[in-house]
Amino acid sequence: MQALGSFALLVRLLHRELLVSLRRRTELANPLFFFLIVSALFPLGLGPSPDTLSALAPGILWIVALLAVLMAIDSLFKSDFDDGTLEQVLLSPIPLYMTVLVKTLAHWLLTGVPLTILSPLLALMLQMDSAGIGVLFLSLILGTLVLSFIAAIGAALTVGLKRGGVLLSLLVLPLFVPVLIFGSAAVQRAVAGMDSSSPLALLAALALFFLALAPFAIGGALRVSLDQ
Amino acid sequence: MYFDSLHALLQMEGHGPYVWSAYGITFVTLMALIVAPLRRKQRQLRELRGQYRREGN
Amino acid sequence: MWAWFHKWSSPRWFFQLSGRLLPWLAVLTALCLVTGVLWGLLFVPPDYKQGNSFRIIYIHVPAAAVAMAGYMMMAVAGAISLIWRIKLADMVMKCSAPIGAALTFLALVTGAIWGKPTWGTWWVWDARITSVLVLFFLYIGIIALYESFENKEAAGRACAILALVGAVNIPIIYWSVEWWYSLHQPASISFTGESSIHPSMLRPLLLTISGFYTFFGLVLLMFVRNEILERERNTRWVRELVTGATR
Repeated sequence: MQALGSFALLVRLLHRELLVSLRRRTELANPLFFFLIVSALFPLGLGPSPDTLSALAPGILWIVALLAVLMAIDSLFKSDFDDGTLEQVLLSPIPLYMTVLVKTLAHWLLTGVPLTILSPLLALMLQMDSAGIGVLFLSLILGTLVLSFIAAIGAALTVGLKRGGVLLSLLVLPLFVPVLIFGSAAVQRAVAGMDSSSPLALLAALALFFLALAPFAIGGALRVSLDQ
Repeated sequence: MYFDSLHALLQMEGHGPYVWSAYGITFVTLMALIVAPLRRKQRQLRELRGQYRREGN
Repeated sequence: MWAWFHKWSSPRWFFQLSGRLLPWLAVLTALCLVTGVLWGLLFVPPDYKQGNSFRIIYIHVPAAAVAMAGYMMMAVAGAISLIWRIKLADMVMKCSAPIGAALTFLALVTGAIWGKPTWGTWWVWDARITSVLVLFFLYIGIIALYESFENKEAAGRACAILALVGAVNIPIIYWSVEWWYSLHQPASISFTGESSIHPSMLRPLLLTISGFYTFFGLVLLMFVRNEILERERNTRWVRELVTGATR
């Protein structure tokens, strides 16, 4: 392990993490179905009028994607915590920062990215103007990355608790506010025919910020959860 | 003093109910924040005395 | 310096010092709040635009300011307890959460009551109100997390991490909410509280703001003292203190 550079180590860890996760296929599909079903509830609640739906579509898609990430993150550390793998991870020579970064990245690749790929379809169903679809795609791919890292902090804090589900959303949802604001604003501006590069740039800045700093908080939170 | 009478003070040209209810809620909340630790302290002292008596015997 | 730090962080020493400090702090708080409130309610002329409803400013603004400062203080205490494992800092962090949440709640309620006569509705999705609402959620998260841990030592460390994450995020949240509000700003709301304020209205405000700060300090000391008694219940000095008081 010592001989590997950090980047090679990162790639190798990521590869292993993805292989392990890909074995549980149904778990991977669940957030996608959640995204689909909740988006389909909105026309039922708001009425089928295309005008209403197309006006609300950017906000609806963003909020539902945010909830889907939140639902999926619950399992990020759960199985490793239950079977004791997490304790081994803390003892291993690989820096905790690296492991946590890779686990969260893998989680994003398997939930955030598929959600983003599915989103244009839902945008069409919600009558969103097709001018916004490209920006929706870009904003979701950056935004779900940020959301995954923020939510992972909450998941690490609550992994040792018996009933962490609702608590997790209480901790994490207020922190999602900036991502929701920039993400939905980017799509709304694109639909209105305006330039949406500034909210997208802000999302990218948030992504880099959390990519660099969140693993420290996640690692610290995991240590607390394992110590108790 | 800005107001001429008690009545004017209570009314505040129609804004009285808002102003007084805001101050009332604030008063109640601040008082609750003061009273809660005082009562907890009384309870704790009672419990601790009981605990020490039991341990002392 | 280090010895001083160490002494300060000793719960026993803190308990004795705060016991002597409490009466003075209580008098100072009462003085600031009573004069500030009476001055603001009875003597200051009404605002030419908002009329008498602006008098709510004397409790709304201090509550919001102290709620915000309280969160930052909680995060700093959390950092100190994480880095140096100082018990006292952990207690300060734990105790400031409910006080801060209560003040944030007050800021929201008085803001809503102020909004009704001035804007005509109880609630406006204004940048500042929304930020305070998010602050309230952050406080609720800290309290909920602390309560759900059985092991209180782990609870303290978990909350310290969450408080730090929150403190790093608060500037981002505030800035993003400002940005969001500037996108959707309705034209009808044109004034802001600060710009139209007359100097004669400002002096009682400074008094009530100081009063709320000392009030926060006062209540925090009372909470922390109870926490010390609870956690140090098996030490000799607490035993002597309690049994000595009964004799």
